[in-house]
Amino acid sequence: MERAEQHGHIVSYLTFVKVWLVLLFLTAMLVVAGTIFHPTLSVPALLTLTPLKAGLVFYYFMHLKYEKPFLKAAVFVALALLTVFIALIFLDISYR
Amino acid sequence: MSSSTHASHEAHKDYEGSKLGMWLFLFTEILLFGGLFLLYSAYRAKYPFDFHNGGQHLNTFIGVLNTVILLTSSLTVAIAISAIQKGNRRLTLLCLSATIVFGLLFLVDKYIEWSAEIGHGIYPNGPELLKLPDGEKIFYGLYYCMTGLHGLHVIAGIIVLSIMLAFVRSGKITSTDFNKLENAGLYWHLVDVIWIFLLPLLYLSA
Repeated sequence: MERAEQHGHIVSYLTFVKVWLVLLFLTAMLVVAGTIFHPTLSVPALLTLTPLKAGLVFYYFMHLKYEKPFLKAAVFVALALLTVFIALIFLDISYR
Repeated sequence: MSSSTHASHEAHKDYEGSKLGMWLFLFTEILLFGGLFLLYSAYRAKYPFDFHNGGQHLNTFIGVLNTVILLTSSLTVAIAISAIQKGNRRLTLLCLSATIVFGLLFLVDKYIEWSAEIGHGIYPNGPELLKLPDGEKIFYGLYYCMTGLHGLHVIAGIIVLSIMLAFVRSGKITSTDFNKLENAGLYWHLVDVIWIFLLPLLYLSA
């Protein structure tokens, strides 16, 4: 009798805790940047730290690091598509 | 798996396909919220000062507290999946329960925050909101839509994770068949990612 068993990469608890600590640290940096800094500094900080946090969640918490290239490519295409939409919208509104 | 027919059914489970299907669903969620982010950006470009003022009236403390709660809930659900892979059912149940409690705490915070704003007359067609400039009306409209839609996702996530908790208890999710829990975890992490973007857009950009 054949049984389908699921195996996969087991991520250590410690890795997850480390990622969580980095995420909390980045959140603290975001709050400092957003509330104390001048807008010329805070806007670039918000625009870089936020995708970095999302990337960490995708890569480690959502196991993307351990997935096959096909799934990684699919996620990349979806996010690239959204980025293209955002770029097109900004091209439109900034030249009105 | 009492009969052989049942066993052959089990053999046809496609874990890779199931995970890909979950990711495809998450892409539609990303584009759903992406559309709202675009709407926010376009109106922010049109009304920069009104959006700045709107953001200043929001409670940054609650926004940050909810971020910490959701990040921690992501940690517990990630650990729950590693734990079930290692066959540690007790830790899985503990971490899943913690995730559900964090989700409920998030909603309690949201309730406190919304109640305060509604109490100040800031709600769709509310007396104070109507006195505000157009840009701030749009800001609060988007604020309620985005946090409201996100809140519905948190509620859905709590329901899904509660079902997974029951599955772990009843032995439907095991160390060799944990795909359902993985997919539920993916959903919960995405809800976290969306909040990661909502925090700077609504609470920190003032």
